[in-house]
Amino acid sequence: MTALALPPTGLRFENIDKRYGGLFALRRVSLEISPGECVVLAGRNGSGKTTLLRIASRIVSPTAGKLSFPGAVNDSAAGRPGYVAHTTMVYDELTAEENLVLFAKLQDVPEPAARAEELLREVGLFERRDSAVRTFSRGMRQRIAIARALIHRPSVLLFDEPATGLDPLGISWLAKTLGEVNRAGCTVVMSLHGESEISALATRAVQLDAGAVVADTKTGASLHSILSFGGA
Amino acid sequence: MALFSNTATLLGKELRTEFRSRELLTTTSVFILIVLVLFSFATNPGTEEAREFAPGLLWLAILFASSLMFQSCFLREQANDTLSSLRLAVSDPFAIFLAKLIANTLFLLLTEALMLPFFAIFYNITVWSQLPILSLVLLLGSFGIAIAGTAISAISAQARMRELLLPLLLLPLLTPVLVVSATVTGSLLDRDPVIQWKGIAFLGVFDMIFLTALWIFGQYFLEE
Repeated sequence: MTALALPPTGLRFENIDKRYGGLFALRRVSLEISPGECVVLAGRNGSGKTTLLRIASRIVSPTAGKLSFPGAVNDSAAGRPGYVAHTTMVYDELTAEENLVLFAKLQDVPEPAARAEELLREVGLFERRDSAVRTFSRGMRQRIAIARALIHRPSVLLFDEPATGLDPLGISWLAKTLGEVNRAGCTVVMSLHGESEISALATRAVQLDAGAVVADTKTGASLHSILSFGGA
Repeated sequence: MALFSNTATLLGKELRTEFRSRELLTTTSVFILIVLVLFSFATNPGTEEAREFAPGLLWLAILFASSLMFQSCFLREQANDTLSSLRLAVSDPFAIFLAKLIANTLFLLLTEALMLPFFAIFYNITVWSQLPILSLVLLLGSFGIAIAGTAISAISAQARMRELLLPLLLLPLLTPVLVVSATVTGSLLDRDPVIQWKGIAFLGVFDMIFLTALWIFGQYFLEE
Protein backbone atom coordinates (compact mmCIF):
# COMPACT_ATOMS: atom_id res chain seq x y z
CA MET A 1 0.00 0.00 0.00
CA THR A 2 2.61 2.47 1.06
CA ALA A 3 5.87 1.88 -0.74
CA LEU A 4 7.46 5.30 -1.05
CA ALA A 5 7.81 6.87 -4.47
CA LEU A 6 11.01 8.62 -3.33
CA PRO A 7 13.73 7.98 -0.70
CA PRO A 8 12.81 8.94 2.91
CA THR A 9 12.91 12.64 3.67
CA GLY A 10 13.49 14.51 6.92
CA LEU A 11 12.29 17.90 8.12
CA ARG A 12 14.36 20.79 9.39
CA PHE A 13 12.83 23.86 11.06
CA GLU A 14 15.34 26.62 11.65
CA ASN A 15 14.32 29.49 13.96
CA ILE A 16 10.76 29.48 12.70
CA ASP A 17 8.57 32.40 13.79
CA LYS A 18 4.94 32.76 12.85
CA ARG A 19 3.00 35.89 13.75
CA TYR A 20 -0.66 36.64 13.14
CA GLY A 21 -0.82 40.41 13.57
CA GLY A 22 0.74 41.02 16.99
CA LEU A 23 0.20 37.44 18.15
CA PHE A 24 3.07 34.97 18.06
CA ALA A 25 1.84 31.50 17.08
CA LEU A 26 5.40 30.16 16.95
CA ARG A 27 8.62 31.58 18.44
CA ARG A 28 12.05 30.58 17.19
CA VAL A 29 11.17 26.91 16.73
CA SER A 30 14.15 24.81 15.68
CA LEU A 31 13.70 21.09 15.12
CA GLU A 32 15.55 18.50 13.10
CA ILE A 33 13.46 15.46 12.26
CA SER A 34 15.37 12.58 10.69
CA PRO A 35 14.03 10.56 7.76
CA GLY A 36 11.80 7.74 8.99
CA GLU A 37 11.14 9.18 12.47
CA CYS A 38 7.66 9.10 13.98
CA VAL A 39 7.25 12.30 15.99
CA VAL A 40 4.34 13.30 18.17
CA LEU A 41 3.69 16.98 18.80
CA ALA A 42 2.04 17.50 22.16
CA GLY A 43 0.82 20.60 23.90
CA ARG A 44 -2.25 22.48 25.06
CA ASN A 45 -4.77 24.00 22.67
CA GLY A 46 -3.21 27.06 21.08
CA SER A 47 0.35 25.92 21.77
CA GLY A 48 1.27 26.07 18.05
CA LYS A 49 0.98 22.42 16.94
CA THR A 50 -1.38 23.07 14.03
CA THR A 51 0.60 26.12 12.88
CA LEU A 52 3.82 24.08 12.90
CA LEU A 53 2.17 21.31 10.85
CA ARG A 54 0.71 23.83 8.37
CA ILE A 55 4.14 25.40 7.94
CA ALA A 56 5.64 21.92 7.43
CA SER A 57 2.99 21.22 4.79
CA ARG A 58 3.95 24.52 3.10
CA ILE A 59 0.34 25.72 3.16
CA VAL A 60 1.44 28.53 5.48
CA SER A 61 4.69 30.47 5.13
CA PRO A 62 6.67 31.29 8.27
CA THR A 63 7.09 34.95 9.20
CA ALA A 64 10.78 34.26 9.80
CA GLY A 65 13.06 31.25 9.71
CA LYS A 66 13.61 28.45 7.26
CA LEU A 67 11.98 25.11 6.51
CA SER A 68 13.85 22.46 4.53
CA PHE A 69 13.49 18.79 3.69
CA PRO A 70 16.88 17.04 4.10
CA GLY A 71 17.16 14.08 1.75
CA ALA A 72 14.48 15.36 -0.63
CA VAL A 73 15.39 14.34 -4.17
CA ASN A 74 13.48 17.01 -6.03
CA ASP A 75 10.33 19.09 -5.85
CA SER A 76 8.19 16.48 -7.58
CA ALA A 77 4.66 15.73 -6.37
CA ALA A 78 5.82 12.71 -4.35
CA GLY A 79 8.24 15.01 -2.51
CA ARG A 80 5.35 17.06 -1.15
CA PRO A 81 4.12 16.12 2.31
CA GLY A 82 0.80 14.34 2.77
CA TYR A 83 -1.29 16.36 5.20
CA VAL A 84 -4.37 15.48 7.20
CA ALA A 85 -5.90 18.51 8.87
CA HIS A 86 -8.92 19.09 11.13
CA THR A 87 -11.07 19.37 8.01
CA THR A 88 -11.26 16.63 5.38
CA MET A 89 -9.79 18.76 2.58
CA VAL A 90 -11.91 16.88 0.04
CA TYR A 91 -15.00 17.90 -1.94
CA ASP A 92 -18.34 16.97 -0.38
CA GLU A 93 -20.12 17.08 -3.76
CA LEU A 94 -17.77 14.56 -5.35
CA THR A 95 -17.78 10.83 -4.66
CA ALA A 96 -15.01 9.16 -2.69
CA GLU A 97 -13.51 7.76 -5.89
CA GLU A 98 -13.77 11.06 -7.80
CA ASN A 99 -11.98 12.85 -4.97
CA LEU A 100 -9.09 10.40 -4.88
CA VAL A 101 -8.75 10.27 -8.69
CA LEU A 102 -8.77 14.09 -8.77
CA PHE A 103 -5.90 14.39 -6.28
CA ALA A 104 -4.02 11.49 -7.88
CA LYS A 105 -4.19 13.17 -11.30
CA LEU A 106 -3.11 16.53 -9.88
CA GLN A 107 -0.05 14.86 -8.38
CA ASP A 108 0.87 12.84 -11.47
CA VAL A 109 0.25 9.50 -9.78
CA PRO A 110 0.59 6.73 -12.38
CA GLU A 111 -2.73 4.96 -13.06
CA PRO A 112 -4.80 7.24 -10.82
CA ALA A 113 -7.97 5.12 -10.97
CA ALA A 114 -6.10 1.97 -9.89
CA ARG A 115 -4.34 3.82 -7.05
CA ALA A 116 -7.67 5.29 -5.90
CA GLU A 117 -9.25 1.84 -5.90
CA GLU A 118 -6.31 0.39 -3.95
CA LEU A 119 -6.62 3.08 -1.27
CA LEU A 120 -10.41 2.85 -1.10
CA ARG A 121 -10.03 -0.84 -0.31
CA GLU A 122 -7.35 -0.08 2.29
CA VAL A 123 -9.43 2.51 4.13
CA GLY A 124 -12.55 0.34 3.94
CA LEU A 125 -14.59 2.63 1.70
CA PHE A 126 -14.56 0.62 -1.51
CA GLU A 127 -18.23 -0.31 -1.16
CA ARG A 128 -19.08 3.41 -0.84
CA ARG A 129 -16.78 4.57 -3.64
CA ASP A 130 -19.68 5.98 -5.69
CA SER A 131 -21.28 7.84 -2.78
CA ALA A 132 -20.84 11.58 -2.40
CA VAL A 133 -18.57 12.43 0.54
CA ARG A 134 -21.34 14.62 2.01
CA THR A 135 -23.25 11.40 2.83
CA PHE A 136 -20.35 10.02 4.89
CA SER A 137 -20.17 9.81 8.67
CA ARG A 138 -17.43 11.69 10.56
CA GLY A 139 -15.26 8.57 10.77
CA MET A 140 -15.67 7.79 7.08
CA ARG A 141 -14.76 11.35 6.21
CA GLN A 142 -11.59 10.99 8.27
CA ARG A 143 -10.76 7.80 6.37
CA ILE A 144 -11.14 9.51 2.99
CA ALA A 145 -9.01 12.41 4.28
CA ILE A 146 -6.27 9.95 5.21
CA ALA A 147 -6.56 8.23 1.81
CA ARG A 148 -6.18 11.62 0.10
CA ALA A 149 -3.01 12.33 2.07
CA LEU A 150 -1.53 8.94 1.11
CA ILE A 151 -2.54 9.01 -2.57
CA HIS A 152 0.85 10.18 -3.91
CA ARG A 153 2.94 7.92 -1.64
CA PRO A 154 4.56 10.86 0.17
CA SER A 155 7.89 10.66 1.98
CA VAL A 156 6.57 12.87 4.81
CA LEU A 157 3.16 12.56 6.45
CA LEU A 158 1.72 15.29 8.65
CA PHE A 159 -1.32 14.45 10.77
CA ASP A 160 -3.21 16.97 12.86
CA GLU A 161 -5.11 14.99 15.50
CA PRO A 162 -5.72 12.08 13.12
CA ALA A 163 -7.89 10.07 15.51
CA THR A 164 -10.62 12.73 15.55
CA GLY A 165 -13.96 11.14 14.74
CA LEU A 166 -12.65 7.58 14.57
CA ASP A 167 -14.17 4.81 16.67
CA PRO A 168 -11.88 2.34 18.53
CA LEU A 169 -11.75 0.07 15.48
CA GLY A 170 -10.91 3.06 13.31
CA ILE A 171 -8.14 4.08 15.71
CA SER A 172 -6.67 0.55 15.57
CA TRP A 173 -6.83 0.66 11.78
CA LEU A 174 -5.13 4.07 11.72
CA ALA A 175 -2.39 2.90 14.11
CA LYS A 176 -1.77 -0.13 11.87
CA THR A 177 -1.71 2.02 8.72
CA LEU A 178 0.61 4.62 10.25
CA GLY A 179 2.89 1.85 11.50
CA GLU A 180 3.08 0.40 7.99
CA VAL A 181 3.88 3.71 6.29
CA ASN A 182 6.44 4.54 8.97
CA ARG A 183 8.13 1.15 8.63
CA ALA A 184 8.25 1.74 4.85
CA GLY A 185 10.47 4.74 5.62
CA CYS A 186 7.92 7.53 5.67
CA THR A 187 8.57 10.30 8.18
CA VAL A 188 5.47 10.84 10.30
CA VAL A 189 4.76 13.97 12.33
CA MET A 190 1.44 14.15 14.16
CA SER A 191 -0.23 16.18 16.83
CA LEU A 192 -2.04 14.19 19.50
CA HIS A 193 -3.80 14.67 22.80
CA GLY A 194 -3.01 11.97 25.32
CA GLU A 195 -1.82 8.41 24.93
CA SER A 196 -3.40 5.95 22.53
CA GLU A 197 -2.56 3.11 20.17
CA ILE A 198 -1.38 5.78 17.75
CA SER A 199 0.95 7.51 20.20
CA ALA A 200 2.55 4.11 20.90
CA LEU A 201 4.13 4.39 17.44
CA ALA A 202 6.06 7.50 18.45
CA THR A 203 9.82 7.33 18.55
CA ARG A 204 10.06 10.92 19.72
CA ALA A 205 7.83 13.47 21.44
CA VAL A 206 8.07 17.24 21.16
CA GLN A 207 6.12 19.42 23.54
CA LEU A 208 5.08 22.93 22.56
CA ASP A 209 3.90 25.68 24.85
CA ALA A 210 2.96 29.20 23.78
CA GLY A 211 4.55 28.61 20.39
CA ALA A 212 7.92 27.41 21.69
CA VAL A 213 9.48 23.96 22.06
CA VAL A 214 9.67 23.22 25.79
CA ALA A 215 10.56 19.51 25.69
CA ASP A 216 11.97 17.16 23.09
CA THR A 217 12.70 13.56 23.98
CA LYS A 218 13.28 10.12 22.54
CA THR A 219 13.72 8.25 25.81
CA GLY A 220 11.04 6.02 27.30
CA ALA A 221 10.05 7.67 30.58
CA SER A 222 10.15 11.24 29.29
CA LEU A 223 8.35 10.21 26.12
CA HIS A 224 5.60 8.63 28.21
CA SER A 225 5.38 11.69 30.42
CA ILE A 226 4.96 14.11 27.46
CA LEU A 227 2.44 11.88 25.76
CA SER A 228 0.45 11.46 28.96
CA PHE A 229 0.32 15.05 30.07
CA GLY A 230 1.44 17.15 27.12
CA GLY A 231 -2.00 17.61 25.78
CA ALA A 232 -3.62 18.39 29.07
CA MET B 1 2.90 20.93 -19.34
CA ALA B 2 1.96 20.22 -15.71
CA LEU B 3 0.15 23.58 -15.71
CA PHE B 4 -2.11 22.54 -18.56
CA SER B 5 -2.79 19.02 -17.29
CA ASN B 6 -3.56 20.36 -13.79
CA THR B 7 -5.79 23.05 -15.31
CA ALA B 8 -7.68 20.47 -17.39
CA THR B 9 -8.17 18.23 -14.33
CA LEU B 10 -9.39 21.12 -12.19
CA LEU B 11 -11.63 22.45 -14.96
CA GLY B 12 -13.23 19.01 -15.17
CA LYS B 13 -13.87 19.17 -11.42
CA GLU B 14 -15.38 22.68 -11.65
CA LEU B 15 -17.72 21.67 -14.48
CA ARG B 16 -18.71 18.40 -12.82
CA THR B 17 -19.59 20.04 -9.49
CA GLU B 18 -21.53 22.85 -11.19
CA PHE B 19 -23.50 20.66 -13.57
CA ARG B 20 -24.29 18.40 -10.63
CA SER B 21 -25.63 21.23 -8.45
CA ARG B 22 -26.52 23.82 -11.15
CA GLU B 23 -26.20 26.35 -8.34
CA LEU B 24 -24.40 29.14 -10.20
CA LEU B 25 -26.07 28.72 -13.58
CA THR B 26 -29.56 28.83 -12.08
CA THR B 27 -28.83 31.85 -9.91
CA THR B 28 -27.19 33.93 -12.62
CA SER B 29 -29.71 33.01 -15.36
CA VAL B 30 -32.69 33.85 -13.15
CA PHE B 31 -31.07 37.08 -12.02
CA ILE B 32 -30.31 38.30 -15.55
CA LEU B 33 -33.79 37.34 -16.74
CA ILE B 34 -35.43 39.25 -13.88
CA VAL B 35 -33.37 42.38 -14.61
CA LEU B 36 -34.22 42.24 -18.33
CA VAL B 37 -37.92 41.68 -17.70
CA LEU B 38 -38.18 44.44 -15.09
CA PHE B 39 -36.41 47.03 -17.23
CA SER B 40 -38.41 46.09 -20.31
CA PHE B 41 -41.51 47.35 -18.45
CA ALA B 42 -39.79 50.66 -17.75
CA THR B 43 -39.27 51.40 -21.44
CA ASN B 44 -41.17 51.19 -24.66
CA PRO B 45 -39.55 48.31 -26.57
CA GLY B 46 -38.50 49.10 -30.12
CA THR B 47 -38.01 52.81 -29.49
CA GLU B 48 -34.70 54.56 -30.07
CA GLU B 49 -34.44 55.20 -26.35
CA ALA B 50 -34.66 51.46 -25.56
CA ARG B 51 -32.16 50.67 -28.31
CA GLU B 52 -29.73 53.21 -26.84
CA PHE B 53 -29.62 52.01 -23.29
CA ALA B 54 -30.29 48.28 -23.86
CA PRO B 55 -26.59 47.38 -24.44
CA GLY B 56 -25.60 49.17 -21.21
CA LEU B 57 -28.34 47.36 -19.36
CA LEU B 58 -27.24 44.05 -20.83
CA TRP B 59 -23.68 44.48 -19.56
CA LEU B 60 -24.85 45.78 -16.19
CA ALA B 61 -26.98 42.65 -15.79
CA ILE B 62 -23.99 40.49 -16.78
CA LEU B 63 -21.80 42.31 -14.25
CA PHE B 64 -24.21 41.89 -11.33
CA ALA B 65 -24.93 38.28 -12.23
CA SER B 66 -21.20 37.54 -12.48
CA SER B 67 -20.56 39.11 -9.08
CA LEU B 68 -23.04 36.58 -7.64
CA MET B 69 -20.95 33.89 -9.31
CA PHE B 70 -17.63 35.23 -8.00
CA GLN B 71 -18.91 35.56 -4.44
CA SER B 72 -18.95 31.77 -4.06
CA CYS B 73 -16.07 30.97 -6.41
CA PHE B 74 -13.35 30.65 -3.74
CA LEU B 75 -15.68 30.74 -0.76
CA ARG B 76 -16.86 27.20 -1.39
CA GLU B 77 -13.24 26.02 -1.30
CA GLN B 78 -13.14 27.13 2.34
CA ALA B 79 -15.84 24.80 3.64
CA ASN B 80 -13.48 21.81 3.85
CA ASP B 81 -10.24 23.73 3.33
CA THR B 82 -10.02 22.23 -0.15
CA LEU B 83 -8.04 25.24 -1.34
CA SER B 84 -5.19 24.05 0.89
CA SER B 85 -5.35 20.53 -0.54
CA LEU B 86 -5.29 21.98 -4.06
CA ARG B 87 -2.30 24.16 -3.22
CA LEU B 88 -0.52 21.09 -1.85
CA ALA B 89 -1.34 19.06 -4.94
CA VAL B 90 -0.73 21.36 -7.91
CA SER B 91 2.75 22.19 -9.10
CA ASP B 92 1.72 25.69 -10.23
CA PRO B 93 -0.96 27.59 -8.27
CA PHE B 94 -1.87 29.45 -11.47
CA ALA B 95 -3.60 26.22 -12.55
CA ILE B 96 -6.20 26.81 -9.81
CA PHE B 97 -6.93 30.30 -11.17
CA LEU B 98 -6.85 29.23 -14.79
CA ALA B 99 -9.38 26.43 -14.20
CA LYS B 100 -11.68 28.68 -12.22
CA LEU B 101 -11.57 31.57 -14.67
CA ILE B 102 -12.17 29.29 -17.67
CA ALA B 103 -15.09 27.71 -15.81
CA ASN B 104 -16.47 31.15 -14.84
CA THR B 105 -16.15 32.35 -18.45
CA LEU B 106 -17.96 29.25 -19.72
CA PHE B 107 -20.74 29.68 -17.15
CA LEU B 108 -21.09 33.37 -18.08
CA LEU B 109 -21.19 32.59 -21.80
CA LEU B 110 -23.76 29.85 -21.25
CA THR B 111 -25.93 32.23 -19.23
CA GLU B 112 -25.57 34.90 -21.93
CA ALA B 113 -26.50 32.39 -24.66
CA LEU B 114 -29.64 31.46 -22.72
CA MET B 115 -30.53 35.09 -22.09
CA LEU B 116 -29.78 36.60 -25.53
CA PRO B 117 -33.07 35.47 -27.16
CA PHE B 118 -35.03 37.04 -24.28
CA PHE B 119 -33.00 40.24 -24.65
CA ALA B 120 -33.80 40.36 -28.37
CA ILE B 121 -37.52 39.78 -27.73
CA PHE B 122 -37.99 42.13 -24.75
CA TYR B 123 -36.15 45.05 -26.36
CA ASN B 124 -37.19 44.29 -29.93
CA ILE B 125 -33.58 44.31 -31.12
CA THR B 126 -32.24 42.16 -33.95
CA VAL B 127 -29.10 40.45 -32.72
CA TRP B 128 -28.88 37.61 -35.23
CA SER B 129 -27.36 39.55 -38.13
CA GLN B 130 -24.42 40.61 -35.92
CA LEU B 131 -24.16 37.37 -33.98
CA PRO B 132 -20.54 36.39 -34.89
CA ILE B 133 -19.07 39.77 -33.87
CA LEU B 134 -21.45 40.08 -30.92
CA SER B 135 -20.28 36.65 -29.74
CA LEU B 136 -16.66 37.84 -29.96
CA VAL B 137 -17.48 40.93 -27.88
CA LEU B 138 -19.38 38.82 -25.32
CA LEU B 139 -16.45 36.38 -25.18
CA LEU B 140 -13.77 39.05 -24.68
CA GLY B 141 -15.90 41.07 -22.24
CA SER B 142 -16.91 37.99 -20.23
CA PHE B 143 -13.31 36.74 -20.14
CA GLY B 144 -12.17 40.13 -18.82
CA ILE B 145 -14.88 40.11 -16.16
CA ALA B 146 -13.97 36.52 -15.23
CA ILE B 147 -10.24 37.26 -14.88
CA ALA B 148 -10.75 40.25 -12.58
CA GLY B 149 -13.63 38.56 -10.74
CA THR B 150 -11.72 35.35 -10.08
CA ALA B 151 -8.72 37.29 -8.75
CA ILE B 152 -10.84 39.51 -6.48
CA SER B 153 -12.82 36.46 -5.34
CA ALA B 154 -9.59 34.82 -4.15
CA ILE B 155 -8.58 37.96 -2.27
CA SER B 156 -11.97 38.67 -0.72
CA ALA B 157 -12.63 35.04 0.32
CA GLN B 158 -9.94 35.39 3.00
CA ALA B 159 -11.15 38.79 4.22
CA ARG B 160 -13.57 39.39 7.06
CA MET B 161 -15.89 41.76 5.16
CA ARG B 162 -15.86 39.62 2.03
CA GLU B 163 -19.43 40.42 0.89
CA LEU B 164 -18.58 44.12 0.85
CA LEU B 165 -15.04 43.77 -0.44
CA LEU B 166 -15.85 41.93 -3.67
CA PRO B 167 -18.10 44.57 -5.30
CA LEU B 168 -15.99 47.36 -3.82
CA LEU B 169 -12.87 46.11 -5.58
CA LEU B 170 -14.53 44.60 -8.63
CA LEU B 171 -16.65 47.50 -9.90
CA PRO B 172 -13.86 50.10 -10.27
CA LEU B 173 -11.54 47.51 -11.77
CA LEU B 174 -14.08 46.53 -14.41
CA THR B 175 -15.23 50.03 -15.33
CA PRO B 176 -13.05 50.25 -18.49
CA VAL B 177 -14.07 46.81 -19.79
CA LEU B 178 -17.76 47.50 -19.11
CA VAL B 179 -17.74 50.92 -20.77
CA VAL B 180 -15.99 49.57 -23.86
CA SER B 181 -18.11 46.41 -24.04
CA ALA B 182 -21.34 48.41 -23.78
CA THR B 183 -20.15 50.94 -26.40
CA VAL B 184 -19.07 48.24 -28.88
CA THR B 185 -22.28 46.28 -28.31
CA GLY B 186 -24.31 49.50 -28.77
CA SER B 187 -22.73 50.23 -32.16
CA LEU B 188 -23.29 46.62 -33.22
CA LEU B 189 -26.99 46.70 -32.33
CA ASP B 190 -27.57 50.12 -33.89
CA ARG B 191 -29.92 50.50 -36.89
CA ASP B 192 -26.77 51.11 -38.94
CA PRO B 193 -24.36 48.64 -37.30
CA VAL B 194 -20.70 49.61 -37.01
CA ILE B 195 -17.97 47.25 -35.88
CA GLN B 196 -15.66 49.15 -33.51
CA TRP B 197 -12.47 47.18 -34.02
CA LYS B 198 -10.50 49.50 -31.72
CA GLY B 199 -12.89 48.69 -28.90
CA ILE B 200 -12.62 44.97 -29.59
CA ALA B 201 -8.80 45.28 -29.64
CA PHE B 202 -8.97 47.15 -26.31
CA LEU B 203 -10.92 44.24 -24.77
CA GLY B 204 -8.28 41.79 -26.05
CA VAL B 205 -5.44 43.90 -24.60
CA PHE B 206 -7.30 44.32 -21.27
CA ASP B 207 -7.69 40.54 -21.04
CA MET B 208 -4.02 39.91 -21.82
CA ILE B 209 -2.79 42.46 -19.25
CA PHE B 210 -5.04 41.14 -16.49
CA LEU B 211 -4.23 37.52 -17.29
CA THR B 212 -0.50 38.29 -17.12
CA ALA B 213 -0.96 40.13 -13.80
CA LEU B 214 -2.90 37.16 -12.43
CA TRP B 215 -0.17 34.78 -13.59
CA ILE B 216 2.51 36.85 -11.84
CA PHE B 217 0.71 37.77 -8.61
CA GLY B 218 -1.94 35.04 -8.33
CA GLN B 219 0.02 32.81 -5.95
CA TYR B 220 0.13 35.61 -3.34
CA PHE B 221 -3.68 35.85 -3.40
CA LEU B 222 -3.90 32.24 -2.23
CA GLU B 223 -1.60 32.57 0.78
CA GLU B 224 -3.10 32.50 4.26
